[in-house]
Amino acid sequence: MVASSSLPKEKLLSMYRRMVLIRRFEERAGQQYGLGKIAGFCHLYIGQEAVAVGANEAMRPDDYMIAAYREHGHALARGADPGMVMAELFGRTGGYSKGKGGSMHIFDVEHHFYGGYGIVGGQIPLATGMAFASRYRNEGRVTVCFFGEAAANQGSFHESLNMASKWKLPVIYVCENNRYGMGTAIVRTAAVAEIYKRSAGYAMRGEQADGMDALKMHDAIADCLEHCRAGKGPVLLEARTYRFRGHSMADPATYRTKTEVEEERKNDPIPRLRDHIVGGKLAEDGELDAIDAEVKATCEQAVKFADASPEPSVEELWRDTTVAEGEEDVRPRQRVLGAQVSWPEWPGPGDFDVRWEIEPKEPTAQDEKAQLASRAEERNKQGNGRATTPV
Amino acid sequence: MPEIMYREALNQALAEEMERDRRVFLIGEEVGKYQGAFKVSQGLLDRFGSARVVDAPISELGFTGLGIGAAMIGLRPVVEMMTWNFAILAMDQIVNNAAKLRHMSGGQLRCPIVFRGPGGAGGRLSSQHSQALESNYTYFPGLKVIAPATPADAKGMLKSAIRDENPVVMFEGERLYAVKGEVPEGEHLVPLGKADVKREGKDVTLITWSRMYYFCEQAAQELEKEGISAEILDLRTLRPLDEEAIVASVKKTNRAVVVEEGWPHSGVGAQVVDLIQSRAFDWLDAPVLRVTGLDVNMSYAANLENATQPDAEKIKAAAKKVLYVEKQ
Repeated sequence: MVASSSLPKEKLLSMYRRMVLIRRFEERAGQQYGLGKIAGFCHLYIGQEAVAVGANEAMRPDDYMIAAYREHGHALARGADPGMVMAELFGRTGGYSKGKGGSMHIFDVEHHFYGGYGIVGGQIPLATGMAFASRYRNEGRVTVCFFGEAAANQGSFHESLNMASKWKLPVIYVCENNRYGMGTAIVRTAAVAEIYKRSAGYAMRGEQADGMDALKMHDAIADCLEHCRAGKGPVLLEARTYRFRGHSMADPATYRTKTEVEEERKNDPIPRLRDHIVGGKLAEDGELDAIDAEVKATCEQAVKFADASPEPSVEELWRDTTVAEGEEDVRPRQRVLGAQVSWPEWPGPGDFDVRWEIEPKEPTAQDEKAQLASRAEERNKQGNGRATTPV
Repeated sequence: MPEIMYREALNQALAEEMERDRRVFLIGEEVGKYQGAFKVSQGLLDRFGSARVVDAPISELGFTGLGIGAAMIGLRPVVEMMTWNFAILAMDQIVNNAAKLRHMSGGQLRCPIVFRGPGGAGGRLSSQHSQALESNYTYFPGLKVIAPATPADAKGMLKSAIRDENPVVMFEGERLYAVKGEVPEGEHLVPLGKADVKREGKDVTLITWSRMYYFCEQAAQELEKEGISAEILDLRTLRPLDEEAIVASVKKTNRAVVVEEGWPHSGVGAQVVDLIQSRAFDWLDAPVLRVTGLDVNMSYAANLENATQPDAEKIKAAAKKVLYVEKQ
């Protein structure tokens, strides 16, 4: 495991850049929502950036990531194009899903980011299945699944943990505990509000991490990845975090006191990482200011790109409901930007062996018969004088 | 051609597809060591091992979602529902994930998966275990829904469903598993989306699917003795509907009766009737009638259970009504 204390400067700066990118992007999204450019539900990730970025930096590019509906940050952490994410929020053809999905359904398969789901906890079984596929094909890839603490009260969570632990699936369930499921504090709805403790019921590893600290998140995920890749099964990792804004743009968050929010803002993960970098003399303020400026321009450009992107054509309605024979998958960056993209290729019908046995084979009646017969033969050879009856 | 049971035909389809494609695996309750609650998966665990024939916990939502997750990154799962009654717990995964993945991702992902299991009346099991639920799933764009009646169709359609690039919901029948019929050995594919004229006729079309086909056949044989020639159109696939086949048959006979096991309200039959009135109105010589299960929950008592379901008598009566033949 690469501990954050020994992370090279470039890696730290990359984490800083991505966290600032998410912050500025989300601020712009909030602003554009206010201007009526973005509609529907729009859940901002502001305050929680360290969770997705810390995790992503520890993951391999070909590991699988999947999240819920507060997922712009995860997609950007994974490497999605900010202009195309913004275009999706705008409902434009230049978006990752051609404007069909919107804020809650960002998918960037090129970067192994698998969405974007609007039913609380609905993506948790999907993550379990992706981990199943990884084990089935013996890929060594780990699935990292993000969900909120309120999703841990769904059956999908419990059913998934049970199967994942029983079958030792390589999956990290990252519960981003921001303490509120929409407007309801988790302590009001959960008998056990420390979500990681629920792992005990499924005989799997469970622990907490400081989700307001990107380096601690990085280290926690790196350790869990190692555990998963060693075949030791899944992990439930509870990231203690906080969203600085309401549940969605429609939520003024009156259920939290001003003092509480102000207190939490003191833990802002971005200044914290900046202090670590500057304090540790890994970079000067000027270098970080330059990143800030660069990111600001990127987000400015993202809004411009989204604004300039046309609405999807009405003919698009009739695409992407079912897959016709021979139809290829859409590669968004290729479709929108004309970029050459490396697309995941899944092994064909005979391209791999399934060596995994979930349960060791039990001896069949025939096996037992054969075993008894050979034992009898053994005894005969030893000449113990007793007659043996064939079984 | 060998005559085998419906469950054996399904077993052949599974074994053949698993043999030709390692991406295919079966997951569900009791599919492995128990050899299948209805013995559809008999012998598969021994043959393919426990990673490809997976005994799942009783977590319908969970293992259904697991299958979908595996499908979206390139496997070809077959998820067995012990019965479709239990799959109501899994409906969120089928409807909100499987049916919408292609759409939500703007064409980046596909979900080649089969959800299969028995539907319809079980036989003295009361209301929670006796429901024809196919119309629920036909409602959703993004899903294909099939309900074969015969062993040959069961084999050929399951094989096609496994090879399809989309999520396919397959309704078998608890009371169809022991039905015997001729089934081609080896490669036998029946295309999805194609209805089948199971019996040619000229006076009236009986439109049906799944187990009700057998009642239609009985009714048609009896009607023949009375000089009435009934055509039976077995839809086989309920989404997408084979509109051309329906319209062609109605244009030929000018009268139609739609027979379904489920409830009348919002049933698949209602959709078929709408199609006929909009596309073949001028060819109709009588209003289209429907024979359905009664609009009540299924009872345990034998007489009530029988009275709740369609049968040959009810089908015959409806056929005569659209022919304006007096009841004998």
